[in-house]
Amino acid sequence: MKILIIIPAYNEAENIGNVIDDLKRDFPRADPVIINDGSTDNTSHIGRSSGVGVIDLPYNLGIGGAVQTGIMYAFEKNYDIAIQFDGDGQHVAHEIEKILGPLTEGADLVIGSRFLGVDGYTMPVTRKIGRNIFSFVMSLICRQKLTDTTSGFRAYGRKAIELFNNYYPEDYPEVEALIVAHKKRLNIKEVPVRMRPRSKGRSSITFVRAVYYMIKVFLAVFIGLLKTKAYN
Amino acid sequence: MQIVQVLSILISFTIFAFVIEVIRRGAFKEKYALLWLFASIVLLTLSIWRSLLDSIALFFGFYYPPSFLFLIGFGFLLLITLHFSIVVSNLSEKNKKLAQELSILKEEVERIIDKETISGEQQGPILNDDSHTSSDNPVIS
Repeated sequence: MKILIIIPAYNEAENIGNVIDDLKRDFPRADPVIINDGSTDNTSHIGRSSGVGVIDLPYNLGIGGAVQTGIMYAFEKNYDIAIQFDGDGQHVAHEIEKILGPLTEGADLVIGSRFLGVDGYTMPVTRKIGRNIFSFVMSLICRQKLTDTTSGFRAYGRKAIELFNNYYPEDYPEVEALIVAHKKRLNIKEVPVRMRPRSKGRSSITFVRAVYYMIKVFLAVFIGLLKTKAYN
Repeated sequence: MQIVQVLSILISFTIFAFVIEVIRRGAFKEKYALLWLFASIVLLTLSIWRSLLDSIALFFGFYYPPSFLFLIGFGFLLLITLHFSIVVSNLSEKNKKLAQELSILKEEVERIIDKETISGEQQGPILNDDSHTSSDNPVIS
């Protein structure tokens, strides 16, 4: 079973070293590859000196383009499974085993959810409301219960790798990718995982920003719903 | 001839001449030139052929026919910008694909080069040590 760990990273020099150490210690049987999304700091250099594969994008493509690059790589190198794992230290390598499980039981796309389990993950109230609205709408669209639609902690089986190799959304890819997967009748599964609160970086979302963000995501979602010809 | 007609002929002829010149220089790709050429020809024809403009405009309920020219011009501009949006989206999609393929290729090349330098380093000293004794040394394999 060949497993690739896709680590999208944009200016994560502070965190990427720890992320790699985590993965090497707690999940050594997979090949990590950093997708350096046009970072201006030395993310790429740190990645290289830690001995993992680094794919340097020539300019910033955004999270969607970066993740898709990893999926293209997995597709070309015939990986059976690809795991998407954030470069900012939010995700826990120890939890990878949990999102791998369902793949052997017929799932094509597994999402690590912060909200399914009992383990509390503290977040601002504004985000909580937003999250509830999101999961409600997305659950309706995908006709299954979804709790953490923006989670970037995911496992892709071969079918999902083939699909997203051809088409992966750009603007709010986590949410939209679920719609694509649902429309292409992939088997989506959510499992509870632990995540770390973001240690360093910009999580300064104000209320206005949160609302604005939500509107943009919903627009992207509804345009995504119309885009049926893009991935057929 | 009214001033408004002279003006519209002048403007549409300028556009037409400009489009032709740009095509002649090869600065337009054919598919982009087509829409512009068509637009300028329609505008020029309707500016010169006043009775045609009048009858079409009146048919659609325009009491002041020259304003119909504006509508046509506006329609073409709308089409052209819409066309551009599609073209730009297309280009950025292709650009993204190129960037992705390029970065993957680079990674592969680096991997191959690394492998070569590592095996080169292993062979290096052995070759140097035995170069003076024999050419087909069993150590090198």
